[in-house]
Amino acid sequence: MQVRISDDALAIACGADRVAQRFTELGHAVVRTSSWGMHWLEPLVELDGIGYGPVGPGDVDAIMAGTADHLRIGAIADHPFLASQTRLTFARAGRTRPLSLEDYADTGGWLGLHTAREIGGEAIVDMLKASGLRGRGGAGFPAGIKWDTVRLARGHRKYIVCNADEGDSGTFADRMLMEGDPFCLIEGMAIAGLAVGAGKGFVYIRSEYPHAIAKMRAAALLAAPLIAPFEIEIRVGAGAYVCGEETSLLNSLEGKRGEVRAKPPLPAIEGLFGCPTVVNNVLTLAAVPFVLAEGAQAYAEYGMGRSRGTMPIQLAGNIRYGGLYETAFGVTLGQLVNDIGGGTASGRPVRAVQVGGPLGAYFPPALFDTPFDYEAFTAVDGLIGHGGITVFDDSVDMAAQARFAFEFCAIESCGKCTPCRIGAVRGKETIDKLISGDSVASNLALVSDLCETMKFGSLCALGGFTPYPVMSAITHFPEDFGPERQAAE
Amino acid sequence: METGSDIAEIVGAHADCEGPLLPILHDVQARFGWVSEASIAQIAAALNLSRAEVSGVVSFYHDFRRTPDPRPVIRLCRAESCQARGSEPLAAAAATLAGERIRIEAVYCLGLCSAGPAAMIGGDVHARLDSERIAALMAVL
Ligand code: SF4
Ligand code: FES
Repeated sequence: MQVRISDDALAIACGADRVAQRFTELGHAVVRTSSWGMHWLEPLVELDGIGYGPVGPGDVDAIMAGTADHLRIGAIADHPFLASQTRLTFARAGRTRPLSLEDYADTGGWLGLHTAREIGGEAIVDMLKASGLRGRGGAGFPAGIKWDTVRLARGHRKYIVCNADEGDSGTFADRMLMEGDPFCLIEGMAIAGLAVGAGKGFVYIRSEYPHAIAKMRAAALLAAPLIAPFEIEIRVGAGAYVCGEETSLLNSLEGKRGEVRAKPPLPAIEGLFGCPTVVNNVLTLAAVPFVLAEGAQAYAEYGMGRSRGTMPIQLAGNIRYGGLYETAFGVTLGQLVNDIGGGTASGRPVRAVQVGGPLGAYFPPALFDTPFDYEAFTAVDGLIGHGGITVFDDSVDMAAQARFAFEFCAIESCGKCTPCRIGAVRGKETIDKLISGDSVASNLALVSDLCETMKFGSLCALGGFTPYPVMSAITHFPEDFGPERQAAE
Repeated sequence: METGSDIAEIVGAHADCEGPLLPILHDVQARFGWVSEASIAQIAAALNLSRAEVSGVVSFYHDFRRTPDPRPVIRLCRAESCQARGSEPLAAAAATLAGERIRIEAVYCLGLCSAGPAAMIGGDVHARLDSERIAALMAVL
């Protein structure tokens, strides 16, 4: 009998190591796998395909005695949360040992790289264009076009940079991919190297992800002979949210302050150390092996409109069934929050949902029919960003959330533009006045003016998008700002 | 306290690195718990940078400390998904418990957002925290 337990950071943070240790003490061999992404069940224990969760060390004896029916969830692979997903990028989640080259090769690993070596740069880029794959980091820019620019750029040195500085609250797909299927990211980067003629790749991982850093370092060593002459180096961020912005990330890799660079020049032309550079997010690069191995058409068949393929959506915050949900574009926000996510964890009504991290808009349930698609979200003044969904119940104070958006911007601003550096601080002060009931109408007008200035006068998304959470909170939840608030208090 | 040869050793370990400043600063921070003026001067000289450039980098990133603080540290997540799961009252309770003995730092997301409130102590992560669990974690620090 085989005991399988994830070694994903979330499982460990919920006590998976102690559970594994208890099984070992009882003489059972434990295999550490990636996580299935059903976070409310972690630590999830798998015994011959049957799942139990969430398991504490004290439950182990009962499981082995067959008296843990209350934790038994049946066959894991048939669980409704998984059965309704389309897992392309996370096809291996829960199924393989993250650092096993054997498991990786047995599940189709390196097939994409093999194809890439046969067809060469131009054909690789053509496949990527035909797949419709768009950058998963937030902007949704077509990956094939970016690669082609780098491929055609002159330069004796070129680089592939993987942006693994996933700093948005409510997102963890990059982390799970790096911890659970690190070779997939490495293969995607090696294919990118072949496509554009780059010999070296960097993975820039935020320091808040120690487990992902350790896994990627180990995987890069193991995979080195398989991807040679391409080389991959793992670098660690230093706690600056703005370094998720690609030009700031490049400065940071070069050893400078993580200030945002003005564009042009595009990183594709003048990127890392002034050389042509592909900067892609983890999920974008991790989607590449599938496209090369299965064909562009196979990928493009999923999705809606111009949003092709699948999106690993992350269900987070006050949600009953939180975790990773990969699906084709087009599912609605309400389906995600209520049907799949099961509503709030607290059991209270859902009041607000923030989509796309700290720079994303807050949505009220009235907008739950919005389909998950780049264009549909833009149409309702929102953004998909990195696909994180944070649920709040009815105890949330939306004025406090708007205040936090400004505060976060003030803490993380790189300081280059005045509207962002100063505006965020002023914004926070103005919301404080609103909260205390001071000249509500004129202070609301001031906040919206300030937001306009930040939106158009900021160089990057931090200053430019902070207005999204602020203004959406004010627009959709006016009762938390106006005279009703004072009446309620 | 670090010595010149410690810093030289750290700088030397990154001799082949392209853009070595952050990796060097990470090592200094990890080994000594802060980055002193003396080490800034030495790193600047070794990399052929001005002191001001290196200082500017040290001060830009939240991970690097410019003053020593020997107290144990808990990094508590204060970002939105953890807020939605009660991180703010938890942070208030933790601050009371910590007093002057433990330093509590804010961190903005540990990627455990479906299972918050979350915290990091050293390289260890903890999720589904409540005031009892955080008290237990603090007790052994
Ligand atoms: S908007 Fe803010 S973070 Fe972005 S470049 Fe300007 S000052 Fe820096
Ligand atoms: S918001 Fe706290 S772990 Fe992500």
